[in-house]
Amino acid sequence: MAAILNESGTLVPPPRVQLQSPTAFLPLWGWAALIGFLLLATALVPLLALALPQGSSLHLSQYWVGLSGKILCYAMVALAMDLVWGYAGILSLGHGLFFALGGYAMGMYLNRAMNAASGNLPDFMQFMQWTHFPWYWVGTEHFAWALFLAVAAPGLLAFVFGFFAFRSRIKGVYFSIITQALTYAAMLLFFRNETGFGGNNGLTDFKVLLGFPMGTAGMTVSLFVASSVTLVGMFLFSRWLVRSKFGRVLTAVRDAESRVMFCGYNPLWFKLGVWTVSAMMCGIAGALYAPQVGIINPSEMSTSNSIEIAIWTAIGGRGTLIGPIVGAVLVNVAKSWLTVSIPQVWLYLLGGLFIVVTLYAPYGIVGLFKQWRAPRAEQRPARPPRGTRKLGAALRFLGRTRRG
Amino acid sequence: MTPSRSLWHRPGAWLRLAFGLLLIGLLPQAHALTPQEALAISSGDTDARIAALHKAAAKPDPQLADFLHKLLDGDVQIDGTMVQVQQGDAWIDLATGKAVTPSDNAQGVVNNNYVRKELQSARAALDLFSPQRTQRLKAVQQLQDDPTSVDRGLVEQALKTEKDPEILQRLQLLHAAILLSSASAADRLAAAKELAASNYPAVRALLLSRLDKKDGAFVESSPLVRTQIEKSLAEIDGRLAWGERLGTLFSGISLGSILLLAALGLAVTYGLMGVINMAQGEFIMIGAYATYVMQSLFQHYLPGYVHYALIAAVPFSFVVAGSIGMLIERTIIRRLYGRPLETLLATWGISLVLIQAVRSLFGPQNVQVDNPPWMSGGFNIMANLILPYNRMVIIAFTVVVLLGMWLLISRTRLGLFVRAVTQNRPMASCVGVRIARVDMLAFGLGTGIAGLAGCALSQIGNVSPEMGTGYIVDCFMVVVLGGVGQLTGTVAAALGLGVANTLLEGVAGAVLAKIAVLVAIILFIQKRPQGMFALKGRSVES
Repeated sequence: MAAILNESGTLVPPPRVQLQSPTAFLPLWGWAALIGFLLLATALVPLLALALPQGSSLHLSQYWVGLSGKILCYAMVALAMDLVWGYAGILSLGHGLFFALGGYAMGMYLNRAMNAASGNLPDFMQFMQWTHFPWYWVGTEHFAWALFLAVAAPGLLAFVFGFFAFRSRIKGVYFSIITQALTYAAMLLFFRNETGFGGNNGLTDFKVLLGFPMGTAGMTVSLFVASSVTLVGMFLFSRWLVRSKFGRVLTAVRDAESRVMFCGYNPLWFKLGVWTVSAMMCGIAGALYAPQVGIINPSEMSTSNSIEIAIWTAIGGRGTLIGPIVGAVLVNVAKSWLTVSIPQVWLYLLGGLFIVVTLYAPYGIVGLFKQWRAPRAEQRPARPPRGTRKLGAALRFLGRTRRG
Repeated sequence: MTPSRSLWHRPGAWLRLAFGLLLIGLLPQAHALTPQEALAISSGDTDARIAALHKAAAKPDPQLADFLHKLLDGDVQIDGTMVQVQQGDAWIDLATGKAVTPSDNAQGVVNNNYVRKELQSARAALDLFSPQRTQRLKAVQQLQDDPTSVDRGLVEQALKTEKDPEILQRLQLLHAAILLSSASAADRLAAAKELAASNYPAVRALLLSRLDKKDGAFVESSPLVRTQIEKSLAEIDGRLAWGERLGTLFSGISLGSILLLAALGLAVTYGLMGVINMAQGEFIMIGAYATYVMQSLFQHYLPGYVHYALIAAVPFSFVVAGSIGMLIERTIIRRLYGRPLETLLATWGISLVLIQAVRSLFGPQNVQVDNPPWMSGGFNIMANLILPYNRMVIIAFTVVVLLGMWLLISRTRLGLFVRAVTQNRPMASCVGVRIARVDMLAFGLGTGIAGLAGCALSQIGNVSPEMGTGYIVDCFMVVVLGGVGQLTGTVAAALGLGVANTLLEGVAGAVLAKIAVLVAIILFIQKRPQGMFALKGRSVES
């Protein structure tokens, strides 16, 4: 800490500048919910799914666990979308691409693992009469490399694409449309057999993951637990990110880019940073998604998938982090239920949701909740002073920001 | 009603009279098959029979053709010197045309393989003059397999009278083949010279085959003829290359016109009004289904005029798509002006609802919209360049729609208002333009044009509930590339994209071409974010 000279010539420490009031990283109920969710996901679900016998009324079926894990992956993508859309005002219609790239990276590893275990080449290579994996599959037999690839490939693509796009100040609808074009082009590319990623069928036939057989109840539960822990980690990371100075500038860019520029910031790096991070998060989600679903194919890159990600975010509430997760879970639960029971209604409902949410609930479910709570909050008595409750104090200590 | 029944008022009678006179005029020249000739062809030793056949078949003669058919079918027998042909169950004397009872020593004509082959060639040559198209086609196809068997004079004669383009093309090729395999070098030289004027890729292949080597020696022995063949080949190649170039250009323009038609509606809603309509593709789909409905209505109520359903479908699809568009503008889009990203999501929702609605109404499968007969077939410009009528109609239709839109925007009061609202909404409102009404009409215009596009596209592609989604990315590319709010830009971008796509397709295949074009657009927008023909301005965009 550099000292400064005062008028009388003595050294004094610089004044401490209070940038903002020290608010908690998460409110009390937020921590409680998070810990509750973690407990549920890491202890209760495995217990109910594995320890209880098949016939028990509390037994969780493997299908249910697998579905939940899949939906948690979608929630990660929605969270990543919220970072760029909710906080930076960039609507991406290309997040399906980053998600799929992560999935393909994991799929490559799983194909190699299958190849190592059984000696069979993947079906599409047999069909193309290839005897060797193409050069860009090099290293994918190592799990660590596949994980790196799942983050690095979408990150690199996003960085390069974003650099050019943000540098020429493409924004708003233009940006959305060219991300859509990018995804569309990638989908066409991956549909080709010659690309070496299985064409139409994509990568499938996963049998072994890290030496354990796929498809068992234990594997499904493990993947579910991995997904929920990752989701919680991503949420905490995102929360930290948007509350940091970086996140503040980002919000400023969203609200008045020209003013931020006139203040001497270059919005390029802020937008590019959050855009790349968001793509990487999608990659991780995709890598967790592929083994749970058992297949990754180019249809994940279709325009409609990417737009659906936006609607999860919009329905939950943009710029809230928790909203997109809620939105993704609600929409996908509804989807899994409706497409089985009354499939013809699903598109009406989804389309209707798009319309109704944009017209009547621009801040999503979380926004509605806040509106509903706002009048009551005024009447509520002031919070008890600090330290009155031990648990509360401990949690608040955990949640205090470093600057606070 | 005597006067009306007189000759003057009955054109049919005149025709019949004229035809009769024509027949009389033709009769003396027509070569008729004599019994002697028939006898010579059907009996005696092989060589004599073939000689007689060649002599008789040097000129087209329908009677001889008929006789040869019967001979090959085994319907001819010889009774002494009398040639009898079978007709139904009875035997008829060829000379008198009267039914006879065959005597005991009547013998069926036996054809050995050699004679049979000659008979077949002769029959095919004569069939070149048959009034039935299928028979002529079959004949020329047979003769092409063995060009040496046919008399050159007959083919030349057939060339003069043939009208059908396909048969004509085959005949010319046959003629060339006959000439090139002639024994005299002078004939071959003349043929090679003559063939330089030909436009058919098959003639080129034939000439090339003459330059091949067989067992160390050239197929074409004379070096003089070989040089001429090479010269002719170069000439043909030059012209064929032109045909190919023109063909690529045409398909490029054709694709461009389709893109333009699909994107014109978007150019109004996005370009002029700033509304991101992700449901634009679905209005195209609605237009196509409107065409299908019109066709079904015609099939049901006016089956005789079903070919004209398409003409009735043009205004119908415009009105249907336009009114659904206006309804949606009134209820949904109106509330979202100035919030482009929300508009994008809401219109995507609209698109999902529309797709499902059409699925519920018409079923999830493709429906069939027929090409009317006046749109099928093509215009044969060069041997390797056929312009299909339906593509040409669509290009013409695009031009008409474009012209209409340009007139509407630049010459009418509504167009003036639209431009005013586009440029300065509050100011337009201040001077008394009813902007809400202008918005509604402009959106209706945009979706109506999408409906017209659907009507046209129903003629060249599948009509299914999902058909619109295939066009939406392309449409946005066109509008963004052309520059928002610029009709000129939209036209240039659509045609440019169409031609570029077609050219690349020839080099790299359809999928890679599409990817290359998309990547090129992304790069282009880096350089000129406002599109090709951007309005110049100084305002800081917010």
